[in-house]
Amino acid sequence: MKTENQKAWFFVLPVLLLVAFNALIPMMTVVNYSVQETFGNNVFFWQGLDWFQQLMRSERFHAALGRQFLFTGIILAIEIPLGVIIALAMPRKGFWVPVCLVTMALPMLIPWNVVGAMWNIFTLPDIGLLGYFMNHVLGISYNMTQSPFAAWVTIIVMDVWHWTSLVVLLSYAGLVSIPEAYYQAAKIDGASSWSVFRFIQLPKMKQVLTIAILLRFMDSFNIYTEPFVLTGGGPGNSTTLLSIDLVKIALGQFDLGPAAAMSLIYFAITLLVSWLFYTLMTRNDTR
Amino acid sequence: MTKRHIIPIVYIIFLLLPIYWLIAMSFKTTGEILSGFSLFPQTWTFDNYRTIFTDPTWYGGYINSIIYVSINSVISVAVALPAAYAFSRYRFLGDKQLFFWLLTNRMAPAAVFALPFFQLYSAVGLFDTHLAVALAHCLFNIPLAVWILEGFMGGVPKELDETAYVDGYSFPRFFVTIFLPTVKAGVGVTAFFCFMFSWVELLLAKTLTAIAAKPIAATMTKTASSAGYELGLLAAAGTLTIIPGAIVIYFVRNYIARGFALGRV
Repeated sequence: MKTENQKAWFFVLPVLLLVAFNALIPMMTVVNYSVQETFGNNVFFWQGLDWFQQLMRSERFHAALGRQFLFTGIILAIEIPLGVIIALAMPRKGFWVPVCLVTMALPMLIPWNVVGAMWNIFTLPDIGLLGYFMNHVLGISYNMTQSPFAAWVTIIVMDVWHWTSLVVLLSYAGLVSIPEAYYQAAKIDGASSWSVFRFIQLPKMKQVLTIAILLRFMDSFNIYTEPFVLTGGGPGNSTTLLSIDLVKIALGQFDLGPAAAMSLIYFAITLLVSWLFYTLMTRNDTR
Repeated sequence: MTKRHIIPIVYIIFLLLPIYWLIAMSFKTTGEILSGFSLFPQTWTFDNYRTIFTDPTWYGGYINSIIYVSINSVISVAVALPAAYAFSRYRFLGDKQLFFWLLTNRMAPAAVFALPFFQLYSAVGLFDTHLAVALAHCLFNIPLAVWILEGFMGGVPKELDETAYVDGYSFPRFFVTIFLPTVKAGVGVTAFFCFMFSWVELLLAKTLTAIAAKPIAATMTKTASSAGYELGLLAAAGTLTIIPGAIVIYFVRNYIARGFALGRV
């Protein structure tokens, strides 16, 4: 049991101050913008909740939000099962374990704009490895600057490439924590590999998988750099996810009010979903 | 090798293909790249790398990135250590709320903060310094560091602390000489994750810098747009950004799985 000690606040004070400096001041700026209108020169007019009401009715916002949920839904549906399957098939001990882990972690260590640039080079229709293979070997017309479908497939494959390893590593960490005795007991009982998975491995992975879903949800919902570098939100607006649209409005058109209102709604959604996951996770926290 | 090992092998090949393509491109001349498809460089050239290592705007970008990433890792780990200890050992007023509030900052979309961050750091006179980027990255790295360290510290039995106090250790002496060595794997992994997330982030780093502290990633985007399509150069610069990550991950290779599980396995 933890002991009650109010002096522990002194231990968390430095963290509190640093994060508050970075979080509260910018957040107040955003709140300020969201209720005002500006025509430049630092002249602001009170606007009330107009921006929020406008946004609620804006088709552009609904479209971007829809694309965002679609993207996050698809990548979660692919990455979580795929990650578990790969983790189950990985060797548990020996020389190849660190080799596998390090190679798998590699995509996550590459700066996000380089990931975008790399996939851009990889998919160029006539000179990229994938683009050449699709167009000239398989004979499938593939050009993501022209076809929205190709652009979507590409950003999804890119995200699977980039982040499935996170799920693999988390599931793997859960799997190796299962004592060998459990497997032996299952063997004596003549359990099928499905029941070993269902009743031994899956329960052990439950907590790490919750973390995986939480992290993948947060990060994919906030994704900006990779799709921006890869497709620029195009062709048309087909891959303009929420963050890309937000930056377009805030820095491209300099519509600070609507952008700020959008930021707050955006943040609220992330917060709500993450809070649900977090509550689930801490409920299972036995410690 | 059994049949099921095919799955990780196919997956690793899938992971390596785009990386191979980036590296192969970096050794090709621009002429060769644009003239058509070739699986291997036909005429090997090191010109792309030579440009990067001789032009200060290029190699300066790497130095800038490494400086702010290092400052950030040191700050994040240093302040997260006592906080994580407090969260793992004590109950105090508002502890759960504070912990969740910290995590919300890990959830904040960077795009939301880009403009206010620019104004904030301009106002305090830190714009275009390494410190600005290092401090800004604390927004998401400190919560992560506290989260991971708390997981690792929670795995250390409380009896360790109690025995040390009975033996007459003062808190600072106990913390530095007994507790830190016990959780050193956790500290290493935490530093690695701070390094990683600061290294890969671009949006804030680009917003908070102009010339003096411009990160390598920003140099790349500028070049891509201004000098036309110098794919070879871009590929060489990209290849070089993979190296620091590959080096640091080597040191924590045995703990990465546990680190990604935030110490909670």
